[in-house]
Amino acid sequence: MMIGLIDTGCANLASVRFALERAGLDYRVIATPAEMAGCDRFILPGVGAAGPAMARLREAGWDAALKADRRPLLGICLGMQMLFERSAEGDVECLGLLPGTIEKLPAPEDGVWPQMGWNALEDLDPDEPLLAGVEAGDHVYFVHGFYAPVGPVTAATCVYGRPVSALVRQDHVAGCQFHPERSAVVGARILANFATSSV
Amino acid sequence: MLARRIIPCLDVRDGRVVKGVRFRDHEDVGDIVDLARRYAQEGADELVFYDIAASARGRTVEPEWVSAVARELDIPFCVAGGIRSVDDARARLFAGADKISVNTPALEDPVIINRLAAEFGSQCVVLGVDSRVIEGAWRVHQYTGDPDKTVVGHRRTLDWIVEAVDRGAGEVVLNCMDQDGVRDGYDIEQLQAARAVCTTPLIASGGAGQKEHFKSVFELAKVDGALAASVFHKGVIEIGQLKAWLGGEGIRVRP
Repeated sequence: MMIGLIDTGCANLASVRFALERAGLDYRVIATPAEMAGCDRFILPGVGAAGPAMARLREAGWDAALKADRRPLLGICLGMQMLFERSAEGDVECLGLLPGTIEKLPAPEDGVWPQMGWNALEDLDPDEPLLAGVEAGDHVYFVHGFYAPVGPVTAATCVYGRPVSALVRQDHVAGCQFHPERSAVVGARILANFATSSV
Repeated sequence: MLARRIIPCLDVRDGRVVKGVRFRDHEDVGDIVDLARRYAQEGADELVFYDIAASARGRTVEPEWVSAVARELDIPFCVAGGIRSVDDARARLFAGADKISVNTPALEDPVIINRLAAEFGSQCVVLGVDSRVIEGAWRVHQYTGDPDKTVVGHRRTLDWIVEAVDRGAGEVVLNCMDQDGVRDGYDIEQLQAARAVCTTPLIASGGAGQKEHFKSVFELAKVDGALAASVFHKGVIEIGQLKAWLGGEGIRVRP
């Protein structure tokens, strides 16, 4: 089982790489779609802003390649947000692999913007393979100022002033708003589930 | 809503973890990676590594140990000390740090906060503030890593927090120096004042001695996290027990 870790050139891959290594999972850092051959599934990480990140993805041809592919794909944080149709962050068109748009996350009345810290997973879809062995109330680590409102692809939520999509899925395309690579044993479980699940 | 964070701070000097009282007389308390692993296993929510001598001596932290920590840890961590440029920050972030913290260099050239936020996003940029009462007001101190070089800054602490957040800092660690290392409790009054002006996450630092101090600072100052060093390094408080107790007292923590 080989995971292709997509390097857009503007995301920091170190913590995801180390998490895969701790989990004993094989991966290969891939910079262009030509390197997809030989990979069984893909992770699209992301840190930074949607505009520059989408521009880099398009430049390298990732938008067309990912649209045409059927292997399991996991977007993390900004990588998850780029799976949707559009993002209000810079008002950019995204990959369109998932229905819906990314909106700015309003600060809760008694909280700050962005959401930064450990929050509890809620409303878990019992059929979601990434959440096998994960329970409502388990905490994962979030850092984000934009969010996917709860919709048809939401497979788990957290509450930050309002319900926020924490995990999304449609067919072979999934995404985590949180950082599994920095979410202790719960995150390690989710990454292991991604490597072993049937979708 | 978010869990309140418990954050051990590991003061690093010459590749080892040290701890002093009121910034003096540092004693060796252990290996960086060993302590990092122990705290993560005990339930720490985040770690801060602070190269206490880097700013004062004008040298930067070594990415080698940052990378060693990043390989081992599965929780977020922040690296502080001697980060003077976007390149210094990039080296630490790309070695696997989740955040970098600036203190003295930001006082010398506040524009570095804008540059770091523009390059990496505010979520990576933490402002460290060393503050104490001087001439009847909370003011910012510089060069706290080396007592021979400590100079008194005249910025008012609360003004500085507002300015830094406006420039793009995504989190503030307020170290109340009068309390540091004496385990007499956090400076609730100063932290409340900071909370009132700080629109980003605010982390309390300085003074933790008993589990009740953590409860007070979360309840009264409504900080997002509480940082401590000596009580954890010396085994006075065990993090897992602290969090279980806080949870029982109605403070939301990550189990």
